[in-house]
Parts: sequence; structure tokens; C-alpha cells
Amino acid sequence: MSKIEELIKKKLELTKKEKMAIPRQVMPEQDAVERRSNFNEVNLGFDEETAMLEAIRCIECKKPVCIDGCPVNIDIPKFISKISDGDFFGAIDIIKEDNLLPAVCGRVCPQEVQCELTCILGKKYKPVSIGRLERFAADYDMAHRKFEMPKVLPKNGKKVALLGSGPASLTCASVLIKWGYDVTIYEALHELGGVLVYGIPEFRLPKALLKKEIGNLEKIGVKFVKNFIVGKTLTVDELLNKEGYDAIFIGAGAGLPWFMNIPGENLNGIYSANEYLTRVNLMKAYDFPNADTPVKRAKKVVVVGGGNVAMDSVRTAKRLGAERAIVLYRRTEKEMPARDEEIQHAKEEGIEFHLLTAPIEYIGDDDGWVKQAKCIRMELGEPDASGRRRPIPIEGSEFLFDIDLGVVAIGNGSNPLISQTIPDLKCNKWGNIIADLKTGRTSKKGVFAGGDIVRGSATVILAMGDGRVAAKSIDEYLKTGVWKTGNE
Amino acid sequence: MMNKIVNAEFIAPDIKLFRIKAPYIAEKSKPGQFVVLRVHGLGERIPITIADADINDGTITIIVQGIGKTTKHLNKLGAGDYIYDLAGPLGKPTHIEKYGRVVCISGGVGTAEALPIAKALKEAGNEVISIIGARTRDLVITEKEMADRTNEVIITTDDGSYGKKGFVTHALQELLDEGKKIDFILAIGPLPMMKAVSEMTRPLNIPTMVSLNSIMIDATGMCGGCRATVGGKTVFVCVDGPEFNGHQVDFNVLENRQKIYSDEEKTSLKKFEEECKLGKEIKKVKI
Ligand SMILES: Cc1cc2nc3c(=O)[nH]c(=O)nc-3n(C[C@H](O)[C@H](O)[C@H](O)COP(=O)(O)OP(=O)(O)OC[C@H]3O[C@@H](n4cnc5c(N)ncnc54)[C@H](O)[C@@H]3O)c2cc1C
Ligand SMILES: Cc1cc2nc3c(=O)[nH]c(=O)nc-3n(C[C@H](O)[C@H](O)[C@H](O)COP(=O)(O)OP(=O)(O)OC[C@H]3O[C@@H](n4cnc5c(N)ncnc54)[C@H](O)[C@@H]3O)c2cc1C
Ligand code: SF4
Ligand code: SF4
Ligand code: FES
Repeated sequence: MSKIEELIKKKLELTKKEKMAIPRQVMPEQDAVERRSNFNEVNLGFDEETAMLEAIRCIECKKPVCIDGCPVNIDIPKFISKISDGDFFGAIDIIKEDNLLPAVCGRVCPQEVQCELTCILGKKYKPVSIGRLERFAADYDMAHRKFEMPKVLPKNGKKVALLGSGPASLTCASVLIKWGYDVTIYEALHELGGVLVYGIPEFRLPKALLKKEIGNLEKIGVKFVKNFIVGKTLTVDELLNKEGYDAIFIGAGAGLPWFMNIPGENLNGIYSANEYLTRVNLMKAYDFPNADTPVKRAKKVVVVGGGNVAMDSVRTAKRLGAERAIVLYRRTEKEMPARDEEIQHAKEEGIEFHLLTAPIEYIGDDDGWVKQAKCIRMELGEPDASGRRRPIPIEGSEFLFDIDLGVVAIGNGSNPLISQTIPDLKCNKWGNIIADLKTGRTSKKGVFAGGDIVRGSATVILAMGDGRVAAKSIDEYLKTGVWKTGNE
Repeated sequence: MMNKIVNAEFIAPDIKLFRIKAPYIAEKSKPGQFVVLRVHGLGERIPITIADADINDGTITIIVQGIGKTTKHLNKLGAGDYIYDLAGPLGKPTHIEKYGRVVCISGGVGTAEALPIAKALKEAGNEVISIIGARTRDLVITEKEMADRTNEVIITTDDGSYGKKGFVTHALQELLDEGKKIDFILAIGPLPMMKAVSEMTRPLNIPTMVSLNSIMIDATGMCGGCRATVGGKTVFVCVDGPEFNGHQVDFNVLENRQKIYSDEEKTSLKKFEEECKLGKEIKKVKI
């Protein structure tokens, strides 16, 4: 009997209790010391047997609460059951009903606060590794199945333009193209994928995966126009009136880096995380001078912030040769918004965490290069609007800290390039487009929006969910011509 | 969208004029705006001003000074070649109004950048005097084009080989000494020049606009790499500018920031020149 057959048999024989008692399988990883000097993916992925063993842990609950934890409600027990049956293609087909980019979400979803948070096993044992199984199925599919043309309805003569090529637009496009729409994605940059290509580093999300998914969309007829800045090259009104689009979806992301507006922030050697990561990921500065765009390499790098963006930046700094790569975060590890796994990986890679600490000034040398950060210690007070305890500076606790490079990763606002040029589009005070989350409709007829441009910095899976929701209501709008208002 | 170079010629040593097919950009471009381009698949994104746009044949004109790796690579391309990536028009268009008498001061390749603005200012009913500065005679560019678009052109060269000997600020001082009332000044060129003009006009209270050339990447406001300090506040030159009130610009911050990559720029240029010497074919878009 092959190993696989044995596992299939095991699934049938084990009781629920025995299944639950199987330990959560360990993700094979690239060695922590080795990976500090390369950009290859850290997680290597389950092999077939490990995936099946992990899948057997799922007791296929009658009321699968894990599904409620997934923003796009993937039928989790059903796909996991297929994996434990050894039917990996079957598994991915189920996932793909709700998720266009499982290879991405399996890797970057904050599972510990979504599907895996609610998994019943988590009460007594460790939750089923839903994300890793999703990733396994997606990778298996990419490696072993040839591209098959999905069922596409005959062209219906209606044109939809999608602005930005991040996960929100890609998802929206994948639905609309199958329903017979003529779909074009306009992207400002020279590469497609949004944050997935310019922000999230290769060591977490290999770019080849994304290229393949985008290639598949191209094969089913989605048109991509790069180097096209909507609001500049053409406005939304021109797309509607001159270029003849019947509807527009805005998925332009939250690309406007925040700074702290403290003295010295414009010194040489202080980057926004967006610039730092864009240089390295999009412009491939890690390969300078083979790639033309440089990035500063430094011995002692501090990164300010506690989210995924901060973790990506600090781990990038390490890989670019920093002797010390340090996170400055104003609260404690408990409040860090980054994925647990990234914090864990960062620690393994020798990243230092200076918690309850924030910079209040950068001090430069005579040539305008940063040489020190003046920092202040914090303590936690009452919870604020986000529910996290508010950091309060401790008076008199200022101290100086020598640094060669600083990266500010305290968040992003929404880029106003598009919304500024649409006079009749409503935005909130932070510049996010106001759209009904249940339909994606904005205040302007025929214009829909979703993802980070609506939510502020959120997640890949929420952006994808928005893209899907919008596709449905774009279809409804273009079939009926009715532009509903209100929150029905 | 492939952007074909329809015409390319050197107009001065190391300064090349390109006409590029880019119908969407041509149609939308306004004076003061720029494009961002890349010359190959691992190339840097660099900003270049749109010196002219022709809606009828859907082309834009750019004038490029070869100073480093990317601009020298670009200047090796010719008619029939393609620009690998081209996006625009970017930046805020120049604010044009009738001021009265305007002096348009430009240095080096900045003269190309000043052309469309000078024209628009004249069309708005201003009397436009242009001062063009260059190191030496060979580097004076687009004098004729500027003369066609303005009321008067004054040339200065550092070595006195053409026009008046000295800097643009000397010529400006002479205008002031003649008792000419100047209502508005536009200065486009190297930082030291824009700084000198701004310092000269600040005590005189002559409104002075400068065009900042910070290092850019996306040029859509996404990275903050192009930031400058103006009036004590941080601005993103690519979306808030490139033009700002010269009296409020912190030129020291900008000067420092322009030098961030000087070592890397040298490495890059050296590598490129060695490859050229070895006769390695430069990367071009193949259709
Ligand atoms: C470094 C980093 C790490 C992250 N890590 C995670 C993670 O681990 N897990 C997770 O779930 N989420 C993560 N996120 C957040 C996640 O990436 C975003 O929530 C998600 O990508 C948003 O998708 P989107 O489609 O709304 O927009 P984006 O992915 O931001 O894409 C928007 C696209 O629109 C383009 N665009 C903007 N303006 C214009 C215009 N005028 N014309 C044409 N195109 C335009 C942009 O160039 C961009 O390509 C991370 C974000 C960053 C920055
Ligand atoms: C709004 C704007 C309009 C411009 N218009 C023109 C123009 O019409 N004609 C022209 O010849 N030049 C123009 N420039 C300058 C041009 O962008 C730089 O000369 C070019 O980027 C240099 O690249 P390089 O690789 O050849 O040289 P490098 O050796 O890389 O750099 C030389 C100098 O150029 C600057 N520079 C380097 N990289 C960048 C970058 N990515 N973005 C901006 N500046 C950079 C730096 O200050 C550096 O010291 C403009 C710049 C700006 C910001
Ligand atoms: S998409 Fe994300 S939240 Fe949903 S099941 Fe997959 S990993 Fe979990
Ligand atoms: S809650 Fe956990 S055990 Fe139950 S079906 Fe979902 S993944 Fe399986
Ligand atoms: S170049 Fe990135 S924000 Fe201006």
C-alpha cells in the first residue's frame, strides 16, 4: 500500500478524538541563518503526505464555524476533505469557487484572526492549518494541471474598466470576463498586481505565482493596459464618455505613505516603507547594479511600526546586509497588527524588537544624513477607538539611538489621484472613496469601488471579496440599467 | 501601448531631442507636466519634462541631457526604437495667468522644460523675457524656439563664448538696474541656479516659481521618495509640484537629497560605459 493509500485508510479508521489528537503539522522552512541573505521564499510548503495528515485533523464539523471566519466564506471542510481523500484538484476547484488567488491568500491571509481563529480545534488543540492547506492545493494545482479554458459566456457587448491591478480589480475582472463582459484593467505602474508585486516581498510571496495567475486572466480575455494613470492619462469621465465604458470599478489601493511629521524626517536615509519596498521589489534594487535602481544598504536600520509592512521592511533590511535590523513599536507585541507567523519568522532571523518605543526626532550629520533617532518610551493607557490600549509617552524618558537608516512603516492613506479628478464622487475625511460594502456602489452612477481605496489599509482577502461583490452588482446594473441608492 | 520614437536628433553635445508617439499623453499634456519612462526591463524610472506635444500626430517631444546611466542609455536610442515604458502626463500643470511682465529664467536642459510654459505665459497676455544660461556656447539649446515664443531672449554663458558673460542672475540684475518692473519670475534649471535666483528675488518681493527636480520612482504620490520641504512642510514633488514658490523651498534639504545615490550612480554609469566600450549591444525593445 502506498503512503497515500495508507493515509486515506487512516482517515476512515480514526475516531474524531484520534483525529484531533494528531499534532498540527510543521511547515518546512528555509533555514533561518541561510535565508537572512537571500530573497527566496521562507516557507517551503507541505508535501502531499504532510498535507493529507494535516487535513485528516479536520473533523468536518456539522456547523463549520471556520467558514464564518473566512471573509469570502470558502467551504473549508469540503476542500479539506478532498485533500484528505488525496483529491487535490477537487480541493482547489472548491476553493476557486470563492477565491481567485488561493496561492496568495494561503500565504498572506492573517489566518490566526480569521478562519483559524474560529476553527473548533483551537479550543483544545491547535487549529487546522487551513491557510497552509489552501496554499498546498493551489501550488499543487499550478504545478500539475495544465491551463484549461473555463466556461465563458458569449460576449454581451458591454465594456467595463477596472482601475488598478491589485487583488480587488483582478478578482472583479475574473468574474466579469466569465459573464461575457469586455474587461480592461488600467494600471499606473509598469507591473501588474498592486501591493502583491510592489509591496509584499518575494520571500513571502513569490512573484512567479502572481505572473501565472495574471497570465491566465489574459488567456481568458482580460485586457491589461500598464503605464496608464487614471486621473492623468484619462479621467474616469473620459473613460465613461469618450472610451465608451459602461461601468467602472476603482481598485486603486491605499498608496499614500504616512509620515510622522517629526523633525528630521526628510533627512537622507529616511525612507517610507513604500519607497523602500518598491525599490527592492518592483525595481529589483537588491540586484543593483544589474538592475538600474539603487537602494541604500546600511549596518544599523530601524523600522518604525508593527504591522506586516514593518515586518516586511525590517526583514528586507536584514537581507540587504544590515548587521542590526530593529523594529521600533510604540505598543507591545500583543498589539502588533502583523501576522503571527511574520513576527515569529522575524525573531528567528535575528530581528530586534524595541517595544513601547517611538522616535520623536531624527538627527543628521553635516551632509544631511541621518545618524541618530531620538526616541521616547511609552506606557499603555486606556483602549482607544481601535480597541487597543493607547500608548502614552513617558515624560523624561527620551534617549538617543545611533542609526544609519530609518524606514517609516506607520500606515498608508488613500491616494487621491483618481478621486480628485471625479468631482461628483464622495470621499470621507481620510480620502477613502465612500462605497456601499454590500454592492460596491459609489455616489457616482456607473462607478463602483472596493479594496483599500474604500477600506483604508486592509487585507488581500477583503479586497478580493469587494471585487467579487462589485462584479455582481456591476452585472445587475448593466443588465437592468437601474442605479439603486440607499442601503437596501 | 508601445511608444515608438519617430524622430531623434542631438541638438547639443549630449543633449538629444526625441519625438515619441504617445497619443493619449499628447492629448492631455499641459505646460509644466512630465512623463516617467524606463529604457529597459530592469531600468530605472526617470522623470522627463514634456517639452512639446502635438495632438494632430499624437506625439510628444522630450529633450534629454545625458548625465548618468539612464539618460545616456536613452540618448543611444534613435528613430524607430521604442521607449520601454512611458507614463504621463504627471505633475500639476503650471498655473498660468496674466501677471504683466514675466522673466523666464532657465539653465541647461531646463530651457527645454521652460519652453511650453513661456509660450503659455505669452499667450495669456504677458510680456515674456527669457534668460537662457549655459556653461558655454555649445550648450545653449532651443534659442530659436524660445525666441519664437517670447518677446525677448537674453543669453548668458559662464565663459562668455556667447551672449553675455556670467550667470543668469547677472542678466536679471541688469534688467532690474534698467528699472524694469518684473511681476513674476519662473526659474527652471540646476538647483544652484534656482536657489540663487530665489535668494535674489526674495528681498525684492518678486513672486518666483521654481521647478524642483527631486529623485522620483512611481511619480504618482505612492512612495514619498521625491519629498521636499517647502514652507516648513513636507510636499511630494511629483503630485504637489513640480513647481513651488522659490522663496519657501528649503534648497539645502533638496541638495542633500539629490546626492543620496551619488556613489551608486557612479557605479551604474561606469558599468554602462564599460559595457558600451566592449561593444555590448544596449538593451532595446524588440518588436
Ligand atoms: C508591505 C505590505 C505587506 C502587506 N501584507 C499583507 C499580508 O500579509 N496579508 C494581507 O492580507 N494583506 C497585506 N497587505 C495589505 C494588502 O496588500 C492590501 O490590502 C491589498 O493589496 C489591497 O488590494 P487592492 O486591490 O485594494 O489595492 P492594491 O493592491 O493597493 O493595488 C492598487 C493598484 O492600483 C494602482 N493605481 C493606483 N492609482 C492608480 C491610478 N490613478 N491609475 C491606475 N492605477 C492606479 C496601483 O499602482 C496599484 O497597483 C500588505 C500591504 C503592504 C503594503
Ligand atoms: C520633474 C522633473 C523633470 C525633469 N525633466 C528633465 C528634462 O526634461 N530633461 C532632462 O534631461 N532631465 C530632466 N530631469 C532630470 C532627469 O530626471 C535626471 O537627469 C535623470 O533622472 C538622471 O538619471 P540618470 O540615470 O541618467 O543619472 P543618475 O546618474 O542616476 O543621476 C544623476 C542625477 O539625476 C538625479 N536623478 C537620479 N535618478 C533620478 C530619478 N529616478 N528621478 C529624478 N532624478 C533623478 C539625481 O539628482 C542625480 O544626481 C527632470 C527631473 C524632474 C524631477
Ligand atoms: S481565504 Fe484566507 S481566511 Fe479564507 S480560508 Fe483561505 S486563508 Fe482562511
Ligand atoms: S472548524 Fe476546524 S475542524 Fe471544524 S470544519 Fe472547520 S477546519 Fe475543520
Ligand atoms: S515619486 Fe513616489 S511619491 Fe513622488
